[in-house]
Amino acid sequence: MSVTTPVPAPVLRAAGDSALIVELGDGIAPDLNAAVHRLDRRIAEARLPGIVETVPTYRSILVQFDPAVTVAEPLGQALLGLAAELTQAAAEPQLRWIVPVCFGGAHGEDLDEVARRSGLGTEEVVRLHCTADYRVYMLGFSPGFAYLGGLPELLHQPRRENPRMVTPAGSVMQGGAQAAISPIAMPSGWHLLGRTPARTFDLRREPPFLLAPGDRIRFTAISAAEYDRLEGMSGYLPDCETVTPCVALMQGAAA
Amino acid sequence: MTTHLRVVAAGPSSTIQDRGRIGYQRYGVSVAGAADPLLHAAANALVGNRPGEGAVEFTLAGDSVTVEGGPVRIAVAADAELTVDGDPVPGWTSFRLTDGQTLRIGNLRSGMRGYWAVEGGFALQPVLGSVATHIRSRMGGLDGGALKAGDRLPLSLDQAADRGEHCLDPSLLPARGGRLRVMLGPQQDYFTAAGIEAFLEEDYTVSHEADRMGCRLDGPAIEHSRGFNITSDGIPLGAVQVPGTGRPIVLLADRQTTGGYPKIACVVGPDVAALAQMRPGERMRFAAVDAAEAGRIQARHRELVDGLSALLQSAGGFALYDSGRLLGFNLIGGAVTGWD
Repeated sequence: MSVTTPVPAPVLRAAGDSALIVELGDGIAPDLNAAVHRLDRRIAEARLPGIVETVPTYRSILVQFDPAVTVAEPLGQALLGLAAELTQAAAEPQLRWIVPVCFGGAHGEDLDEVARRSGLGTEEVVRLHCTADYRVYMLGFSPGFAYLGGLPELLHQPRRENPRMVTPAGSVMQGGAQAAISPIAMPSGWHLLGRTPARTFDLRREPPFLLAPGDRIRFTAISAAEYDRLEGMSGYLPDCETVTPCVALMQGAAA
Repeated sequence: MTTHLRVVAAGPSSTIQDRGRIGYQRYGVSVAGAADPLLHAAANALVGNRPGEGAVEFTLAGDSVTVEGGPVRIAVAADAELTVDGDPVPGWTSFRLTDGQTLRIGNLRSGMRGYWAVEGGFALQPVLGSVATHIRSRMGGLDGGALKAGDRLPLSLDQAADRGEHCLDPSLLPARGGRLRVMLGPQQDYFTAAGIEAFLEEDYTVSHEADRMGCRLDGPAIEHSRGFNITSDGIPLGAVQVPGTGRPIVLLADRQTTGGYPKIACVVGPDVAALAQMRPGERMRFAAVDAAEAGRIQARHRELVDGLSALLQSAGGFALYDSGRLLGFNLIGGAVTGWD
């Protein structure tokens, strides 16, 4: 199935002697970020000589190269060529993780406050989180920390005035227009909504990272008892399904 | 019995480093790796290791280690006072330590970072393909942390190979100085012409806020043209980000993978290492080069790192105790020209 998501004219930016940035636009938007991940996949498939690694982010990709193998000029042209072909590219299936979350109470201390600020009931906040189609816009900040786009607008709220010095691993959080799952215990100013027994980062597991840039996520509410049961399972992994992204992409294009 | 080095006393910040964790920045994992890859490679070359083997990077002052087993071949690439059981030994030379002997590495006479390597490297399990320590994420090295007294470092070789020793004349290495070459971008369009002029024409000074993650500079504020927030994107090594204060921060080996401040320029690779060797209060100036020149600088530097073993000379066994002249070499300080 072909998709005709418009992609803004790509721009190359110099990023030192061993990297280039391919920028597809500006801002945080689902169609723009989807184009970034499609381009990232095309770069991987093209196996251009000299590429060391790529770092896809909201609207651009940092392409690190080995200057002993390639130089910026031809590599940049090759990257622009791949970006130009994006509009004809077929939609690739994506992974969607069904992530169980125990919302509120000791598992999510800020749920009531988020509900109060939004003028909604806690059940409605949970329902909105569980019907949202989240995407992993990028990973950054710390190993496995996934920035999730797709937080319903009704729930957009500033971060906490006073950040917590420690939030537990597996915290499902929201901050500004985004949501996140914390991979490890860390300080955070985001609002804690609940916890998932799924570990998004575990060095003892292969692969250690559950989520990759471009993946999609749907939260599903579970009880505290179910949380305890899943957390007690050794090597527990959440369910996962394959989805074809064309509908979401065309919605993005129309927006 | 496996041969170990027991850490008797650790320097203020000593970590095991290699060439860094490659391929995981997309998952938010910092690269880490030696802040000065040239001296790291020199320490490894002296003991006959491949350039990327894990070696200890120490900061301002070195470590004291005692051999358990051995003998162990070891070398220190640094301008620092070294003793074995109290007797002076030279830097830039490999030598053997026997069971129970203690090497003490004192304060650096110049520069911020020195390196010591053991033949065969450390017997550590790589984490995501690397033994590089990244303290903020508790990854790599020995349990993800800095060396501390009481640590026992397992070595890959139980006994040093039966061969001669080597030394390296550090005056053969390029002088480093206060001129850091940069390529403008990726976000130079977030700055006014006056801001870019200040960045390229004025002196900056290394502040006390400097570590393996980044180096904040004091100097004239760099003026933004349209705010100081960008949509967060990837951060290459040596990126010069300018937050709202206008004071630039150069991002080093332990840098975060993504960030939301505009980056006016990126320091070319070899000069990032030069900066990582500058102490608080040292002055510098940035100089813009184009992509072609940056490529040539990189190529020359790579030839130097890959060709280090060709610069080695034989050092005759116990004669090393007489080669005190090597103690006088001063690699980092003094020079004021750029180095190619």
